[in-house]
Amino acid sequence: MTLIIRGGRVIDPANGMDGIRDIYIEGDKIIQPPKTKKTSSSEVIDARGLIVAPGLIDMHCHLREPGFEYKEDIASGARAAAAGGFTTICCMPNTNPVNDSRSVTEFIIGQAKKAGFCKVLPIGAITKGSMGTELAEMGEMAEAGCTGFSDDGKPVANAEMMRHALEYAKTFGRTIISHCEEPALSAGGVMNEGAVSARLGLRGIPSAAEEVMVARDISLARLTGARLHVAHVSTAGSVELIRRAKAEGISVTAETCPHYFTLTDEGVVSYNTYLKVNPPLRTEADRKAIIGGLEDGTIDVIATDHAPHAASEKDVEFDLAPFGISGLETALALAMALAHSGLIPMAELLRKFTVNPALALGMAPPSLLPGSPADIVLIDPETEKTVRPEILLSKGKNTAFSGLVLKGWPVMTIHEGKKIEFKH
Amino acid sequence: MALKKKDLLGIDYLEKAEIEEIISTAESFKEVSTRDIKKVPALRGRTIVNLFFEPSTRTRTSFELAAKRLSADIINISSSTSSVVKGETLLDTARNIEAMNSDMIIVRHSMSGAPMILAKALKSSVINAGDGSHEHPSQALLDLFTIKERLGRVEGLNIAIIGDIAHSRVARSNILCLNKMGANVRLCGPATLIPADIEKMGAKVYFRPEDAIDGADVVMMLRIQMERQKSGLFPGVREYSRFFGLNQERVRLAKEGVIIMHPGPINRGVEISTEVADGPYSVILDQVTNGVAVRMAIIYLLTEGRGAI
Repeated sequence: MTLIIRGGRVIDPANGMDGIRDIYIEGDKIIQPPKTKKTSSSEVIDARGLIVAPGLIDMHCHLREPGFEYKEDIASGARAAAAGGFTTICCMPNTNPVNDSRSVTEFIIGQAKKAGFCKVLPIGAITKGSMGTELAEMGEMAEAGCTGFSDDGKPVANAEMMRHALEYAKTFGRTIISHCEEPALSAGGVMNEGAVSARLGLRGIPSAAEEVMVARDISLARLTGARLHVAHVSTAGSVELIRRAKAEGISVTAETCPHYFTLTDEGVVSYNTYLKVNPPLRTEADRKAIIGGLEDGTIDVIATDHAPHAASEKDVEFDLAPFGISGLETALALAMALAHSGLIPMAELLRKFTVNPALALGMAPPSLLPGSPADIVLIDPETEKTVRPEILLSKGKNTAFSGLVLKGWPVMTIHEGKKIEFKH
Repeated sequence: MALKKKDLLGIDYLEKAEIEEIISTAESFKEVSTRDIKKVPALRGRTIVNLFFEPSTRTRTSFELAAKRLSADIINISSSTSSVVKGETLLDTARNIEAMNSDMIIVRHSMSGAPMILAKALKSSVINAGDGSHEHPSQALLDLFTIKERLGRVEGLNIAIIGDIAHSRVARSNILCLNKMGANVRLCGPATLIPADIEKMGAKVYFRPEDAIDGADVVMMLRIQMERQKSGLFPGVREYSRFFGLNQERVRLAKEGVIIMHPGPINRGVEISTEVADGPYSVILDQVTNGVAVRMAIIYLLTEGRGAI
């Protein structure tokens, strides 16, 4: 059977394509439109008024399985991802046990295949147990399907260990994704250090805690020639450091998350733990610098850092609440605001969700040309919806955007040629 | 006039007129504590809970006496640790207390913002008796009361607050309160104990106490906690005392008739010398006396605000 997506605005950033056309799918592949009317049966999806793009890639999320299935599991997270327009997601290794071995990697891939909502590519740990002292078996994990390596959430504090990690990952053609945080500077901090933390009496995390590590890792990328990807950039200073590194020709890419270009630390004045995230929400000047970084290409990728938590964990004292925002299902709609306001052209915005994360991980960029895998998202750029925790399919209802009306939502996700069914 | 909100969570959430109302009500309540029978029947039959998650003698006793002098029933629940350590969340603890029909909960907690969680979830009035490094509104109000009582006004006065500003809820509440009342607030301490953006709250920062005290009408000293030394925030008591401690010599730089305040408990010979603490300018014990009257006013006005009297 042929699936025909008819009359949509097809945006295929990898091939510079942006125009009204039809997409034909047979099996799990995109095919050449047939010259003559075929006799075989076909299903037509009316995509008039919709954007048709390659399925989105989230190179940074937390699926919590194994170990924290009460927060999220691979199936619930993958389903939330599909609802958010993603067809490929990369899950961070801070599970229990940590994904620092072939067996955990294989388990995750197996669970994801069973669930079937989207492709899950694990990110392996850089060091055993993410303890920062011994390299994990990156070679074997890469062979088993790990697409990159990171000790996300537990920064590699030792500079020599990070140097070796970059060198060793390079051996296997993999990227090191660095959670840039100097732990001694951020210790005990729960929000951005600044005027708001001073007023609230909450321990601050200074911008410098991120920036000294961005600077260190850029130096190490220069030294080793390895591929470095800076995770969840949150400060103006980091944007500037990465901008300069790129100008110098260092092999560095960077991501930010929707909360960093949407919210600021002013929101924390009510001690709302749903805004507690690491790195923390920064100032308006940082928010603007992040958008500037997205505009000029310094920041290549928009990732979710989807960090689901149980409600009982968030409904506590601010100091005790865990860091993290449930983000898979709102990421695209939040990013659409940048396109609607004219800050970033639509095709460029979609590039940050598709081509750029693939390139940062050294993978082939997704494409809508015939022969490509049929991983596709349909986006209604005009539809408006209010974010409410109860509309989320993720087990983590900890959205930071409750009550916000957003314009432009994914309306259908096609993975391996099949429409993914999910109920909102 | 009564207070507009159900709770008193901080000076940040009070209007100037409400602050003035608390002070003038406290003035009339102060006399009650000087009677032979130190009691008025205003809050007979009301149940108040002192919920203290942090050790405290002065504040807890002061609230307890205030409630008793208003004829309310008050019980004390103390825990040196957060209820979370015992496996119960703060919210669950509070809901259990409210299930016994409390009218008001007075909470002290080591974490900033904890009283807000209670205020949002409970029907009872919540009074913040100190939360982490955030606010200690009843302390700022009793300080304001004492300044007005001694100096007759607050507007236009130069008030120096010296010590560990970063970790002090007393400092934050006082900066906000004194600003609302039109005083000029000066902060002083080593830069390690002063948050970089604190000036945005309405205060001027000095690193030399001589400059902060010069021409001051009020000098307020803050307790220095020894554990800050271990976190590398200052080298030791000896050096701290020498550069930031209040002694006679420094007091002489202040305006004639200066008053010296301290929220207690004091470290004699560390942030304040004994001769200053016990000297003629010291109003440290007046602050304690006034604390009861101010807390009576707070409890009374919050109850009245709910149309309960």
